[in-house]
Order: sequence, then structure tokens, then C-alpha cells
Amino acid sequence: MTARVGVLALQGGVSEHLEALGRVGAETVPVRTPADLIGLDGIVLPGGESSVLDKLMRLFEVRDPLIALLRAGLPAYGTCAGLILLADTVLDAAPGQQSLGGLPVTVRRNAFGSQAHSFDTTLEFSGIDHLVAATFIRAPLIVAVSPGTEVVATLDDGSIVAARHGNLLGTSFHPELTGDDSVHRYFLEMVLAAKNG
Amino acid sequence: MTSENPTQTTATTRVKRGLADMLKGGVIMDVVTPEQARIAEDAGAVAVMALERVPADIRAQGGVARMSDPDLIDAIRAEVSIPVMAKARIGHFVEAQVLGALEVDFIDESEVLSPADYINHINKWDFDVPFVCGATNLGEALRRITEGAAMIRSKGEAGTGDVSEATKHIRTIKSQIRALSALNEDELYVAAKDLQAPFDLVVEVARTGTLPVVLFTAGGVATPADAAMMMQLGADGVFVGSGIFKSGNPEARAAAVVKATAAFNDPAVIAQASRGLGEAMVGINVSDLAAPHRLAERGW
Repeated sequence: MTARVGVLALQGGVSEHLEALGRVGAETVPVRTPADLIGLDGIVLPGGESSVLDKLMRLFEVRDPLIALLRAGLPAYGTCAGLILLADTVLDAAPGQQSLGGLPVTVRRNAFGSQAHSFDTTLEFSGIDHLVAATFIRAPLIVAVSPGTEVVATLDDGSIVAARHGNLLGTSFHPELTGDDSVHRYFLEMVLAAKNG
Repeated sequence: MTSENPTQTTATTRVKRGLADMLKGGVIMDVVTPEQARIAEDAGAVAVMALERVPADIRAQGGVARMSDPDLIDAIRAEVSIPVMAKARIGHFVEAQVLGALEVDFIDESEVLSPADYINHINKWDFDVPFVCGATNLGEALRRITEGAAMIRSKGEAGTGDVSEATKHIRTIKSQIRALSALNEDELYVAAKDLQAPFDLVVEVARTGTLPVVLFTAGGVATPADAAMMMQLGADGVFVGSGIFKSGNPEARAAAVVKATAAFNDPAVIAQASRGLGEAMVGINVSDLAAPHRLAERGW
């Protein structure tokens, strides 16, 4: 029993997600057009530039059908820029930038500042039984979560860096750059549970 | 090299190469004012290169080209939320230290500026900020990676609007990688000698069939079709220097290049993106340039 998981493939760290999902046993689909969304059991929104992803999703007419699928319960996992796309509220957005929404959290773009402050770390992740390797690159932070949203991971100072609400999961960091596939396995289990639900 | 928090490590190779990974599929635009940076971000650039003069003007005006004024870099950084890159002269490690202190997101050790050292490039491992460097062939790319570059761009011939050198360099790098992948292990020792690159890195490229860092293309890209061609030739993304702000309608051209880069395999989209852009930059044929004016030959 496997699942068909798309990766939004308009810009950013796409190949790393396709490879990680493949390693944990998903059938993967790069998503560039509305037709690519048909028949997906889940979707990953990768890192990249969130303002650019927003523009390209409109330009290639992926945005509206994707919003409809998310509202209908399609499981989705956003990393870094992908988290920003899933968040209901975005602080420090580029002019005109809008998210897809669905994950009831508030995120701040570039919350750590310039690239000099990007870092590697390991952290506890609720539902994964070991410390997860996490790379933060000009990363956003989750600065507020609505009731009913599970905080899945924090930094040592308590900053929220991963949250889940229903079928939607977002992380500030990039597990796809680390070789640690446990977050992708966690997401694939979410997808399979929803599919068999 | 570590931040105040002992469990968080900054400036690792993964962190440096990772930022380049997040730029893939995107367009990085040269800008000389905050107003141009605003146009670039609005058009969908994934990053901007903050410069005092675009390469076409450096070419036209001559003289020594150096790192940009820190005030200009700060003004551009204040305008946009996307990553800001800036150029240091080849081998000028103090310009790179200054750019590091300004906290630019990426440093381009660039042949577009006048070289500061005709023998050595910057030891890029010494820096917390990642570097991108130009290359005309695989050996040059691997030497730059050995020195710590976290991203490579094929050089092309900057400031010309003539894409032929960019084509030559990306084709050369890609075909040399393919040739390496076809060799057996015994033959990689001589390949490393011929490439003038470290054996371990040559073995890694032969095994994976790719560079260990992101490979963009630069130098002479002026139209949506130029950008899409570079992507079809295997580039991970595109730098556009003079091509946008030396054209008739920078806003439209910038957006069109972004669109064609993202949809590089779709001729109908590229055709549509190519409409109504006004004049492209006038350009110079690289074959008309005297050898001393060819920037791609800087770097060793």
C-alpha cells in the first residue's frame, strides 16, 4: 500500500523532496500544472522563495485548484517557504504576497535575519522517536498557533518550528537536506491514514 | 563558526549549499538601485545582485571595477525581502570580509570586477557567508568548489547580451560531467590530473553524475528564450545581468524571463512570455571583442 505524493515543482528545493519521498516508499509526482494535481493523495510544498512560489502558482493556474484540494482535506506538508504558503497569516510578506492558508498559524518570514544566521541543529519532534536533524535557512518562525493546532517541534528557547493541524503539517526547517527521512516517513503515514480513513 | 547556542551550528557546508538549493529554478537579477531591486522582486526574482554598475556599463566605461559601496548594498537590502548577493573581486578576501560584515546573503567572487589577485582565488572556507563563483569548464568549477564555493555559475560573457559563451560554458561543464561518469575507476586518476582538480571530488562527480553544488548559468542572457535554453541545457537557474535593466521595458522583461525559466520545457509558454517586451538590450557580439576585454578569461 503506497500513496501518490506530489511535490510543487515550480521553484526551489524540489529534487531533494522527490528523493526523500521516494526513499520512504511514496510514488512521487512533480507538480507544475493543474493536471498534475489530479489523483494525488498528498502534496509537499518545498522550500524556495515563498514570494516567487506565490507568483508562479498564480501564473501557472495551480493556486486555485490547490486551495480547493487543501480545503477538501488533501494532506500537505510545507517546509520553510512551503510552511509560509500553508500558514493562515504571514508577517513580513513581500508586497502583494498571499498564502494558500489552511494551517491556522501565524508565521514570520526570515525570522532569523540574513543567511549568516542560518544553522543546523537537531530537535525533538512529537511522534518521532529520535532527535531529528534540521537545517534552517533564512527560515520563518511560527509566532502564534490557534487552538487545536499541535506544536510538533520547538527550538531550545521555545520558538515554534513545526506545527500540525489535521492533515496539514508545516516545518520552518528543511529535513530534506539532511538525509534524515523521518519527517517524510511521518508525513507519508499522515497521507496513508487519510487515504485509508 | 558557531552561534551563541551550542546546539545550533551556523555556516556549515549544508547550510551554505542549502541556500543555493532553495534558489533552484529561479532568476537572479543584477540591480544598481533600490528601485530596480523593487522591480526585480515584484517580477519574481529569487535573489538580487547589488551592484554599482551592470556589466554592460563596466564594459562601456572601463576603469577598475570594485566591490559596491556598502551604503548602496544596505539600501537595496532594505528594499527587498529576497536574498541579496554582492560581488567581490577575484582574490580580494578583504572585500569579501567587508561583504560578510554587511551580512549579504551570498558573495559572488566575480570576473566581472577587476581581479585583485592573478594567482589565488579567495579561500572561501574562511567565511560564514556562502560564495558563488564562475567557471568555464568542469576543472575550474571543481577548483572553486575545493576552495569552498557553495554554488557555481557558468561564466558566459557578461555585459554582451550574446548568449553564445554561456551556451559554450554550460555545454562544456555538462558534457565533461557526462564523460567522467563513463570512465571506470582506474581512469579517474588521469581524469583528475587532466581536470587539475582533486581526485576525491572527481570521483564524487563521476559517481553522482552531477556537481555537489547547484549550477546556474550567467553571462549574456537577454531574452526569455535565452533563459529557457540555459535551463534545457541543464542549468539549475539563471543569472540575468545587463539583459533586464538595459532593455526597453525592464518590468515586463523581468517577469517574462522568470516565467520562461519556470516553464523552460513549454515552447507555448515561452512564446507567450516573449511577446510585447519592447527592445532587448542592444548587445555586443563576443566575436567582436578583443581578447583583453573578454571577462570569462579572468579566473584560473
